[in-house]
Amino acid sequence: MADLSSSFVGIRSPNPFWLASAPPTDKAYNVNRAFEAGWGGVVWKTLGEDPPIVNVSGPRYGALLGTARNLIGFNNIELITDRLLDVNLREIRQVKRDWPDRALAVSLMVPCEERAWKTILPMVEDTGADGIELNFGCPHGMSERGMGSAVGQVPEYVEMVVRWCKENSRLPVIVKLTPNVTNILAPARAAQRGGADAVSLINTVSAIMSVDLDGMTPSPSVGGRGAHGGYCGPAVKPIALRMLGEIARDPECRGVPLSGIGGIATWRDAAEFMALGASNVQVCTAAMVYGFKVVEDMIDGLVNWMDAKGYRSVPEFVGKAVPNFVDWEQLDLNYTVKARIDQSLCIRCGRCHIACEDTSHQAITRERDGKRHFEVIDAECVGCNLCVNVCPVDQCITLESLPVGTPDPRTGQPVRSYANWTSHPNNPAQRAPAATAPVK
Amino acid sequence: MASADSTKTSGIRANRLPEEVYARNFADAHPALTPNQALVESDRCLFCYDAPCVQACPTGIDIPSFIRKIATGNIKGSAQDILSENACGALCARVCPTEVLCEGSCVRNLQEHKPVAIGALQRYATDWVFDRGVQVFQRAADTGRRIAVVGGGPAGLSCAHRLATLGHSVTVFEAHDKLGGLNEYGVAAYKVAGGIAQREVDYLLEVGGIEVRFGQRLGKELSLAALRRDFDAVFLGIGLGAVNALGIDEPAIDGVYDAIDYIADLRQSQALATLPVGRSVVVIGGGMTAIDIATQIRRLGAEDVTIVYRRGPEQMGASTKEQDWAQTNGVRIKHWARPTGLLSDGGHLAGVAFEYTRLDDQQRLAGTGERFELPADMLFKAIGQVLVRDSLDGQVGLLDTASGRIAVDAERRTSLPGVWAGGDCVAGGRDLTVEAVQDGKLAALSIDRALRPAQASGVRHG
Repeated sequence: MADLSSSFVGIRSPNPFWLASAPPTDKAYNVNRAFEAGWGGVVWKTLGEDPPIVNVSGPRYGALLGTARNLIGFNNIELITDRLLDVNLREIRQVKRDWPDRALAVSLMVPCEERAWKTILPMVEDTGADGIELNFGCPHGMSERGMGSAVGQVPEYVEMVVRWCKENSRLPVIVKLTPNVTNILAPARAAQRGGADAVSLINTVSAIMSVDLDGMTPSPSVGGRGAHGGYCGPAVKPIALRMLGEIARDPECRGVPLSGIGGIATWRDAAEFMALGASNVQVCTAAMVYGFKVVEDMIDGLVNWMDAKGYRSVPEFVGKAVPNFVDWEQLDLNYTVKARIDQSLCIRCGRCHIACEDTSHQAITRERDGKRHFEVIDAECVGCNLCVNVCPVDQCITLESLPVGTPDPRTGQPVRSYANWTSHPNNPAQRAPAATAPVK
Repeated sequence: MASADSTKTSGIRANRLPEEVYARNFADAHPALTPNQALVESDRCLFCYDAPCVQACPTGIDIPSFIRKIATGNIKGSAQDILSENACGALCARVCPTEVLCEGSCVRNLQEHKPVAIGALQRYATDWVFDRGVQVFQRAADTGRRIAVVGGGPAGLSCAHRLATLGHSVTVFEAHDKLGGLNEYGVAAYKVAGGIAQREVDYLLEVGGIEVRFGQRLGKELSLAALRRDFDAVFLGIGLGAVNALGIDEPAIDGVYDAIDYIADLRQSQALATLPVGRSVVVIGGGMTAIDIATQIRRLGAEDVTIVYRRGPEQMGASTKEQDWAQTNGVRIKHWARPTGLLSDGGHLAGVAFEYTRLDDQQRLAGTGERFELPADMLFKAIGQVLVRDSLDGQVGLLDTASGRIAVDAERRTSLPGVWAGGDCVAGGRDLTVEAVQDGKLAALSIDRALRPAQASGVRHG
C-alpha cells in the first residue's frame, strides 16, 4: 500500500493533507477535532498583535451556489484571529504536545516593521510549533491596514519580511502568496530571495459575491453595506493550479517546496495539485462545507489511486505534470482530433448540436431519416471539445486523435507531425523550425 | 357526528369511514413541490434542443424555457410561458397523463429512467401566480367582435380566454352553474384538491371581456341558428352527454349508477360521508373514468372494488400509471370479461354475471363461453359517453359519421360557416383535457384570423 507520510520543509506529518490557516484552525477545540478526524497537519489561524482585531458580527461568509444549492464558490470577510495572542499561544503549545506526530505551523501577520516580527517570532517558537506561515495574502480588511495582500503585492516587502523572519527565528518559513497580482512569479521569486523555505498558494481572490437587488448592496450585507471579501472554494481551483504551475516551472524558483491551496475538496484535486508541483496541500472550504470527515476520502482515495498507478510515495509523482505545462506557442498545431458520439450512450438531448450549431462550427447533425440523430461531421469538426463539455452523459462524446499521415476531412490534407507556432509560416516572428517534441 | 359504519356492512350505506378519514382520502394525492424541491428538479432539465417534451405536448408549451425560468427565479415568466400556450395549464399539470406525453419523452428516461417532473414543475409555476394574484395576461383593445362560446369546459375556456385576450367580446353559455366542465365535475377530487378548477376559472375570467350565462343548454335554452345570427362566430365545446349503455338487459333495480353522474355529485358534495357507498363494487370500463370512480369509491370506504374490462391492460384508455394507481389503492382490475347480466335481490343489485372474452381469428372480441359472477351491491358504468345529437338543431351534417362526433378541420372549423368546435365533442382526439385546451386555442386563433377586417368578408352571418 502506498505510503502517504509527508515531510514538508522538514515538518513531518502522517499524510500530506493540512488544514489551511482559516476559521477551522482558530482554536484548540477545532484543531483537536481535525486531528481526531485524521488531518495530517494544520496551519493555525493567523495570529496578530494584541489588542486583537474585531470581526463583524453580521454575516462573514457568502457563497456562489448552483441551482440545487451545491456550493461552487465561497467568500469570507473574517479577519485574522480575534482572540488574545497569549490564549492562542497557550493552546498551540498544548495541542502540539498532545499531537506530536501532526504538523502544526502557525500563520502570522503583524505590521511591516522588524520590531513587530522580532517580538512575535520567539513567542511562537517557544510553543514548540513546527513552522510559521507568513500571511501575505488576505485581500480584505487587513490589507487596508498595510498587512496581508498589501505586503504580498509588493515583492520588495515580501523579501524584506521573509529576511527578518529568517534572521529572527529558527523555524521554517512558508510564505503564503496572494493571487491578487498580475504575475505570481514576482512575489514568489522575492520570497525565495529573502530565504523562504517554501511558498504556499493561493490565498483568496478579491471578490464581491453578488448584489442584493432589493437592498442594492453587495452581499453579504453588513447593515446595508458590503465590502469585498476573499473568494475560495472549488471555483478558484483552476486559478490556483495555473499560479502553482507557473512557479513550479519557473527556473528561478526551481527547488522551492510548494504547498498547494485553492478549492481542494477531493483526493483527485489534491493529486492534481501535487502533479503540478505541490508537495502537500492545504484545505479549508471543503472542511467548512462538509466537516472534517472529508479527509477520510482524501486519504484512502489518494492511496487507492497511487496503488493503481504504482506510486509508492507522494514524492514519486509530485511535479510530474510540470514539464508538460508549456506556453501556447509550444503546442502542436498539427495535432488533430475529431469528436466521436457514442450512439449507445446518447440520450438525444441535442445540446451538442445546438452548442456547435449556434456558437461554433456547425459540425454536429440534428437528424437522420427524419429522426433525432446527433453525429459529428468530420469535414467541419475542429476538435474544439465544446460538445464534450456540454454533453450531460459522461464518456458519451470523446475526442479521437487522428494519427500522423491520415487525411483530415476538414482540410483535405494528411495530418502532419509536430510543429508549433514558433516555426509557423504565419508567425511574423517565425523562428527556425527547431521545434521540440513534447516531453513524455 | 354520525357514527361510522364499517366497510364490512353489506348494502349501500353512507358514513362508512370515520369522519376525519374523508378529508385525508380526498386531499391532494400528489402534494405541491416546495421551493427547494422545485429548484432541485428544475436543475435536472437539460434544456434540450428542439426538445422532445415540447413535441409531445398537445399544446406545445415551451417546457425547457418554463423550467429554466423556475431555476432562475423568474416564476412569473415561467407561468407566462405555460399559460400562453395552455390556458388551463394549472389543471393540466395535475390531470395530464404526463407519462405518455411530456415526461414520457423526456431524455432523462434514457439516462436514468426517471424523467424531469414536468407536471409538478408546471403546477409549481402556475400555483405561484395564482397564489400571489399575479396576472400574466392583458387584454388587447376591444375589436367590437362578439363570439359565442357554448360550453365552459377546458375547450370553451381556452377558446374564450384567447379570444378575450385578443380583444374580442365573448359570451360563454354554460349548462351547469359553474364553469370548468370535467375539471369541475369529472376529474377525481384528489387530483384537483383545493378548489383549483374554480381558481383557474377565476384567473382566466380576470382578463376581462368574457360574459358568462349559466343554465344555457344547446338544443334547450339555446339554438345554434340563433347563435349564428346573433354573434360573429360560434365555438362549440359541448363535450359529450349521454352515457353508453351496457348492451345487456338493465332492469330497474337499485345500485346501478353512471360513473360520470356519481363523480359529479362527489365533486360538488360538501359532505363526502353522506354519499352512498356499496360494500362490493363493480366498475365496468377501461378509461380514466373507470379508474377515477373505482379509486374514489374505495377511498369512500367500499371494501371490494373490481374494475372489469373486456380487453387487456394495453387496450385500456387509462395509462399504465393510472392502472397502477388504482391497484395501489386496493382496486382489483380484471381483464378480458364482459357483463352478461345483472343479478338482483328484492329490487336491489346483488351481483353481476360475466363471460370471459378473447380475440377471434379476425381480432374481433368474442365470448369464450366461460362464465363467472361477482357479488356487487353497487355497479358503475364507465364505458364512455356519446354526443347528444339533439343539441345540434338537426345539423347532423356537422357530424363525422364514423365517430358520431363533430367533424373539424385542422383549424377546428366545422362544415358550417362561422362555427368552430373543439374538445371531446369533436372527432379524432384522445379525450384528453390538454387536447381540448389546444382545440380551443386553435379555434380562437382561427376565429381571430377570420374576423380581422382584412379577411372579414363572408364571415359575418345573419
